[in-house]
Amino acid sequence: MANRTGATVSMDVGDLRDDSTTRSDAGNEDARAPVFQVDDLSVYYGSFRAIRNVTLQVEQQQITAFIGPSGCGKTTMLRCFNRMNDLIETARVEGCVAYHGVNLYEPGVNPVEVRRRIGMVFQKPNPFPKSIYDNVAYGPRVARMKGDMDEIVERSLRRGALWDEVKDRLKSSALGLSGGQQQRLCIARALAVDPEVILMDEPCSALDPIATGRIEDLMEEIKTEYTIIIVTHNMQQAARVSDMCAFFTTEVNEKSDTRTGLLIEFDRTEQMFSNPSDERTENYVTGRFG
Amino acid sequence: MAQASIDRAGSTLTIDDLRGDRGRTRKEAVARGLLSAAGGFSILISVLIVYSLVRETWTFVTQVDWSLVWGDGWFPRRAMYDIKTLVVGSLIVTVVGIAVAGPIGVGAAIYLSEYASRRVRRFVKPTIEILAGVPSVVVGFFALTFISPELIQRFREGTPQQTMFAAGIGVGVLIIPLVASISEDAMRSVPRSLREASYGMGAKKATTVTKVVLPAAVSGLVAAFIVAVSRAIGETMVVFIAAGKSGGALFETNPFEPGLTMTAAMASIASGTDSVVGEALTFQSLFFVGMLLFVITLSLNMVADRFVRRVRHKY
Amino acid sequence: MIGGDAPVAITTPLSAGTSPEAVRRRLRGRRVDLAGVVLRVALLFSLAFSLLVLAVLLYDVVTGGWEVFASRFQSFMSGTLRFSAGESGIAQALRGTLWIGVFVVLLAFPLGIAAALYLEEYAADNRLTRFIDVNIRNLAGVPSIVYGILGFTIFVKSLSGLTGGRSVIAGGLTLAILVLPLVIITSAEAIRAVPDELRLAGFGLGATRWEVSRTQVLPYAAPGILTGTVLSLARALGEAAPLILVGAVVGRLGSNPGLLDLGSLDQRFTALPIVITYWAGLPQADFRALTAAAIVVILAIVLLANAAAIILRNRFESKRG
Repeated sequence: MANRTGATVSMDVGDLRDDSTTRSDAGNEDARAPVFQVDDLSVYYGSFRAIRNVTLQVEQQQITAFIGPSGCGKTTMLRCFNRMNDLIETARVEGCVAYHGVNLYEPGVNPVEVRRRIGMVFQKPNPFPKSIYDNVAYGPRVARMKGDMDEIVERSLRRGALWDEVKDRLKSSALGLSGGQQQRLCIARALAVDPEVILMDEPCSALDPIATGRIEDLMEEIKTEYTIIIVTHNMQQAARVSDMCAFFTTEVNEKSDTRTGLLIEFDRTEQMFSNPSDERTENYVTGRFG
Repeated sequence: MAQASIDRAGSTLTIDDLRGDRGRTRKEAVARGLLSAAGGFSILISVLIVYSLVRETWTFVTQVDWSLVWGDGWFPRRAMYDIKTLVVGSLIVTVVGIAVAGPIGVGAAIYLSEYASRRVRRFVKPTIEILAGVPSVVVGFFALTFISPELIQRFREGTPQQTMFAAGIGVGVLIIPLVASISEDAMRSVPRSLREASYGMGAKKATTVTKVVLPAAVSGLVAAFIVAVSRAIGETMVVFIAAGKSGGALFETNPFEPGLTMTAAMASIASGTDSVVGEALTFQSLFFVGMLLFVITLSLNMVADRFVRRVRHKY
Repeated sequence: MIGGDAPVAITTPLSAGTSPEAVRRRLRGRRVDLAGVVLRVALLFSLAFSLLVLAVLLYDVVTGGWEVFASRFQSFMSGTLRFSAGESGIAQALRGTLWIGVFVVLLAFPLGIAAALYLEEYAADNRLTRFIDVNIRNLAGVPSIVYGILGFTIFVKSLSGLTGGRSVIAGGLTLAILVLPLVIITSAEAIRAVPDELRLAGFGLGATRWEVSRTQVLPYAAPGILTGTVLSLARALGEAAPLILVGAVVGRLGSNPGLLDLGSLDQRFTALPIVITYWAGLPQADFRALTAAAIVVILAIVLLANAAAIILRNRFESKRG
């Protein structure tokens, strides 16, 4: 099984490389502007402040990892990038999340369009109770994308490194897939609407190590085309896959006995893991805390 | 089209790129508007109910000779509006109904939630739900043609066929499923850990049920009781068919006599409204009784709702 | 299932000098728990009683009405209301009941499902929403005869130009409003059971709320909604009290338009539960058999609809675990 799937991956990489060369011609290295510029961002749930005063930027075609102990606001932070926090009624955002220079929280910005451009993969694989094909076609259909749907589905499943495993049963239920396959389907589904950014919220936490490895390989492959932000509990994972790393932690508010997350350190991943500048980061990455 | 609009170089994005598809945005707004209108429609219904009741009730209340509202009997066509005749009639039917449905409904619920095997439950619960679907006219006929002659008259000779007692039993039969279902919900919401704690201390099943589960579910049981009372007071057809009096009744406290309830009195005025004869306020008295019924049942339901919430809150 | 006797040995201190045999005896011991047995029998009786009532009721009406079906099924179903029991039939009643069903399906179903979608998917958790929510639950508890007063005042009197007064239109509208809260409550319950992951997945892909509702929430909740709506329909078809107030004819009805005659929808009408009420009140014995036969017809309609809905729901519930 492992051998067979391994072969599949390398084939897909070949496919992708052809594709990616054409793309990287368009944006050359020097013109690389940040995809996201986060400025003094705070998020509240009602009167409770979940994260405060975060400033960071996310570069194009890189993997940025958010790490930190539970409750430090990593997921909240991630959901600011595609306005998923809007779905929580009491959530309120202060500060600025600029996406290519446009503040996502500016009036007039349509969260639906934001989520089309900035895709999301969730902690628990959540395929629709429909066929594999319909799962992938869902996004393009609601976005009324033009083009041959079969082609879009095939391309997305290939990018999601799932095509060879499912090409003969596209019409069967997505719920029949294994957990790892379901998660790759969710990634393929997110890629189908042709987003620029993929947000991943602990995408491997429900998966076994082999399935996790496959997802990590997949991330490595698609980062030539997409900007990826991943929240993870797993420091080894962050060290393995990410280019940039942001460490969050919590501070206890004495008065209300609540915890607010804040950004401690944001740096290149190698730097962060080999020579962190903050003691708290060091304690966390060396496993002394958290 | 969508692909082309993505700017991977990154510098030229403007807010117009993030406004989204006009058509879809408009569709969303239309959907939201229509669905909110549907959601708000229930308020309109409440307003219409109150409006329907208030006008004629006001006419009745302001014009009636109040000495006639507390007299010997309810004969609206002869301007006798003794309200206590109807209220006591409703009360008798309700008490009999609850006496039947309370123990039977709660008992069935306890058995289903605490004793019955999965297989029994799978078969019995749907059957009780089917019982809940029996229309009240059917139960009324059953009370008149079976409960009364085969049960009541057999045990108590000389009883008329149409009595408040027969109607009460019919109402009881009608509300058994309601009591059973609310009580079962209440008992199911008692956490397993409480039962296990009791067994863990060596308590018997009967002790666990009576001393642990029932007290923990008491809010839900109270709610079931109140909802049942409200439903019994509001039940019309069983009483209209089986309790015997139409048109009017003298004040009567013996359940083994024919009688009239608030609901049955309304139905009998209405079934004669083609040619309303008699005193001028006959028609308005219907609304007056309706208002009284509405206020009583609404208050009961609101109290019951509070108890149901308490159950949800607790666990 | 846990048996009648729960383990009793746990609290017995082993150090109390009991011999191994004594302990073994106590552990095995099945003392007869008389109170427990009595309680259990009493509870079982309650349950059996509920089922017995249903059985006796069915037996009573089926045997009572059987003769009518055996001797003149055709003329009973197609005949009109007459003075003579031997010639009477339920054609007019069936027509009224059919049209009431049509009104409920066309009005209460879409309106109720839309309101449920609003409450579960759209409405913010604020005072207004909570008020609407409480209001709907209270409406569900309002006695049906009070809805009759609404129907009379609004549909028969105020809107008589539209409904034709005491017509099947007024009756249908009234019953549609009567079951609306029920449709909303059951649909909302079904919608609430839709897993949140599906919604998040839809939103995450850039679907609008309506698109998520239409493509994910409604399909998933469909079996539950269908069950609730069918139960509501059955309830409406069995109702009599509001129709009496709206002016259904309790007695003889002269006209007998065809089942699908749209032109006479604004005319006087009757319905199956009303005819049952009328016949049940007649003193002649031969009308008793007729009443039983009419009851068999309405039970067939209502109970079959209920049973179908319940079976459907249970099948889906067990399928989803």
